[in-house]
Amino acid sequence: MNIELKTLSEVKQVQGEAGSFQVELVQRPRYIDESKCIACGECAEKCPKKIVDPYNAGLVKRKAAYVEYAQAVPLKYAIDHDNCIYFKNGKCGACKKFCPTDAVDFEQKETTETLNVGSIIMAPGFRPFDPSRFDNYQYSDFPNVITSIEFERILAATGPTGGHLVKMSDQQEEPKKIAWFQCVGSRDLNKCDHAYCSSVCCMYAVKEAIIAKEHAGDDLDCAIFNMDLRSYGKDFEKYYNTAKDKYGVRFLKSRVHTVSQVQGTDDLEVSYVTDEGEIIKETFNQIVLSVGMEIAPEVVDLANRLGIELTDGNFCKTTSSSPVESSVSGIYVCGAFQGPKDIPESIMEASSAANCAAMQLAQSRGTLSQEKRFPSELDIEGQEARVGVFVCNCGVNIGGIADVPAIVEYAKGLPNVTYVQENLFTCSQDTQDQMAEIIKEKDLNRVVVAACTPRTHEPLFQETLRNSGLNPYLFEMANIRNQCTWVHSTEKDKATEKSKDLVRMAIARASLLDSISDVAVDVNKSALVIGGGVAGMSAALSLAEQGFPATIVEKTAELGGAARDVSATWKGQDVQAMVTDFIQKVEQHPDIDVLTNAEVADASGFVGNFETTIGIEDKTKAVQHGVTIIATGGQASEPDEYLYGQHPGITRWHDLEHNPEKLEKADSVVFIQCVGSRDDQRPYCSRICCTGSILQAISIKENSPDTNVFILYRDIRTYGEREALYKKARQLGVIFIRYSLENKPVVVEAGDALEVTVFDPILQRKVRITADLVNLASAIVPNENSKLAEIYKIPVNAENFFMEAHAKLRPVDFASDGIFMCGLAHYPKSTEESIAQAMAAASRAATVLSQESIKVSPLVSQVDTDKCIGCGLCTEVCAFGAIVLEEVDGKKKAKNISASCKGCGLCASSCPQHAIDMLHFRHQQILAAVCAAA
Amino acid sequence: MPKEQVGSVMVIGGGIAGMQSALDLADAGYYVYLVEKGSSIGGVMSQLDKTFPTNDCAM
Repeated sequence: MNIELKTLSEVKQVQGEAGSFQVELVQRPRYIDESKCIACGECAEKCPKKIVDPYNAGLVKRKAAYVEYAQAVPLKYAIDHDNCIYFKNGKCGACKKFCPTDAVDFEQKETTETLNVGSIIMAPGFRPFDPSRFDNYQYSDFPNVITSIEFERILAATGPTGGHLVKMSDQQEEPKKIAWFQCVGSRDLNKCDHAYCSSVCCMYAVKEAIIAKEHAGDDLDCAIFNMDLRSYGKDFEKYYNTAKDKYGVRFLKSRVHTVSQVQGTDDLEVSYVTDEGEIIKETFNQIVLSVGMEIAPEVVDLANRLGIELTDGNFCKTTSSSPVESSVSGIYVCGAFQGPKDIPESIMEASSAANCAAMQLAQSRGTLSQEKRFPSELDIEGQEARVGVFVCNCGVNIGGIADVPAIVEYAKGLPNVTYVQENLFTCSQDTQDQMAEIIKEKDLNRVVVAACTPRTHEPLFQETLRNSGLNPYLFEMANIRNQCTWVHSTEKDKATEKSKDLVRMAIARASLLDSISDVAVDVNKSALVIGGGVAGMSAALSLAEQGFPATIVEKTAELGGAARDVSATWKGQDVQAMVTDFIQKVEQHPDIDVLTNAEVADASGFVGNFETTIGIEDKTKAVQHGVTIIATGGQASEPDEYLYGQHPGITRWHDLEHNPEKLEKADSVVFIQCVGSRDDQRPYCSRICCTGSILQAISIKENSPDTNVFILYRDIRTYGEREALYKKARQLGVIFIRYSLENKPVVVEAGDALEVTVFDPILQRKVRITADLVNLASAIVPNENSKLAEIYKIPVNAENFFMEAHAKLRPVDFASDGIFMCGLAHYPKSTEESIAQAMAAASRAATVLSQESIKVSPLVSQVDTDKCIGCGLCTEVCAFGAIVLEEVDGKKKAKNISASCKGCGLCASSCPQHAIDMLHFRHQQILAAVCAAA
Repeated sequence: MPKEQVGSVMVIGGGIAGMQSALDLADAGYYVYLVEKGSSIGGVMSQLDKTFPTNDCAM
């Protein structure tokens, strides 16, 4: 409720300065009264005017009276003035005639208002590149050459083909062979002005190929034509490997020149050259152009009007030390406008920008915001269970496999069920509103949603219950997606039967659920930051600047972390100066306490109320804090190959920069990429090594143009505007040779020098390079953190990086409330990305620290002291110290400490007397589900 | 004279980045104007079918 949506609006002008801007906003008329519109769709139904639908990438038509898509927010229709017949010549007006609530208002005018705000965040996004100008790809002429965004709409359940994968030419037949062409509108100065890499297209092409194969089965052949396959983000390399190994997607290192149509058909013929020099002609049914990102001209125009400086690619210019600040004080930036990036990075940056905006306005926090008030809760004690069941299609995730209408019919016949309905996306806002209405209307007192995992949307549904006056714990989910359709996708009938079983079990349990009151605890408005590197320091400063004191715990004797080895960022900023600046600010800040030679020994508590014991040399110190930020960092691994450690000429990472005398004497330097990354031992990409080695190569060439510099690589991953560095390196004469995992370079000693042998795929022969120095880009690994993981009960993934709550939607949160992460501890990243993520973690932490009290989960253990015999078994099994024995009337009885209880249930299942029950997971409730399964 | 600090923020763009920053700010106690050129929020992400690497649906 503290967010006011201003749709159909644009910024005209901005005056003032940081802290108090006057923004002139122009709002175009919707011609529909939002307070009256019920989104019934009659206006669109009756509207005679059809136009090409931009939301569906121009694949279908929509009416002049429209809503973008069925789950739109706000769910209100609009009239497209430029295409409406009434506005053209005064005729028609059908929408107005048929609207049941008289919401159509042709008299609405454009309005201008001036709003006074403290900060501005620019998040205008990108627009997909339009390949019509590339006549060699024939996008405008051949119907089966489409863009990736069009393909997304075809795959989507809400799209023009209902998620059915068909050829564009006839909209009926399924394609058997699809090709993707990468880098259309990116990495290309010749045909368009975008020399940068759009960062996401490799990954989305892999995704589209995988999804297409899932739709069509093994009958579909997918081929991705690329120059470099850029899967550099967390878990991306594994996704790429899955596409190759499990789905059989073909990856071809080739850039197709021309597309022609096979005579008499709509099929497309493509000629390409292989590494061996062979020219292959292949026919495809469909070609998807992986179009890049570009900044729309109106955004460039707005930036110019606001005085925001842009880069060559028209992205917002930012520095490495302030990655979300524009050149105008008080105007912050995030998302694709800051530079091409994917969804998790956009979300991280958004939190980061929010953090900066909040830091700016720390004193005015809470002055204009309001608190949400829920309707008072109904007392359902003593009532018979009246269960409402909502079965979700989840697009095609569920509906494409299980027979949802059959599940709905089945549920109607089950005991205690009052109402059942089917939804396309139960989680969308419009369905929430509808659910709240239905709950009230049908007098429901329990709700079951059969859909995805509670981990994605349980809190959303619980809020819907509260909005309708029900206690949020009268809610149960049946996971018929992750635990059913996603794993039984080839056995549709069985999946449907299993879904019915799961729904039956959920209803049985739901019928016995009780109302549980939330527990509120005070919040200790301070933070503990573990790790004193760039990420840790950024997070601590961000919080301290907002008025929240922070303690930094640093294991070594000095602050700075991995950044102490780095000389410059890819934007050319001096990292040592940045680190020194951070250290100075941190040490001088009155609200930051720095503990060096300090390590976390133990911790307890929960969000808002943590207590951590820190060992400083031989003493201990206890710190109370409201949130914990994990910034334990990482380091370059020590390679166990390529003679590392056996010859003085073999170095890694920044060793050469620290030993310039070695470089001075060198005639030939070879960089080897992916040393220890992207292999079986570490199936991930260390992300920054391509940029790192290229920066060093450029520096060597600029200082000494006659030195031979080689970079042996598997894929060059200079994403975003870093692509310019790759080009510069080639222009300076750095020689790039591609190698494969199966055919790695070999390094042997040759007297004082070294000999590097590598198979060059273009020459199709082995090349032997005599090198003075071989620099290895070794894998970046997280610092030792298993102890910390155990102390705070936070998870790490298979590679020991910390695991976030959700890869896309919550990239800096842990699943446990109140704990956040940033920097190399999360995944390899550059200095500026660490800073951005650290500020995002601070922003998320601030949402906790800014509250007076916070609600904690009331799902804790409950002891029946009459049954308890005081054996103490529960106290032995509890890993959280949340249950203790105390004397009551001379007898020992168990007592639970709700605040520390995590609700795991070990005590309840261990108790020989069944004296302990878990709220919301009572024995009776679980047994009911189990019995229903039978 | 102390610099004025208005307790509200304007977020320009209603895509995923704009929405996330609006939510963070609102949760932290600031009033947010979320400005969007189109008739609904959601941006390019709302046009996508599934997202990598988890294959979750974009909606």
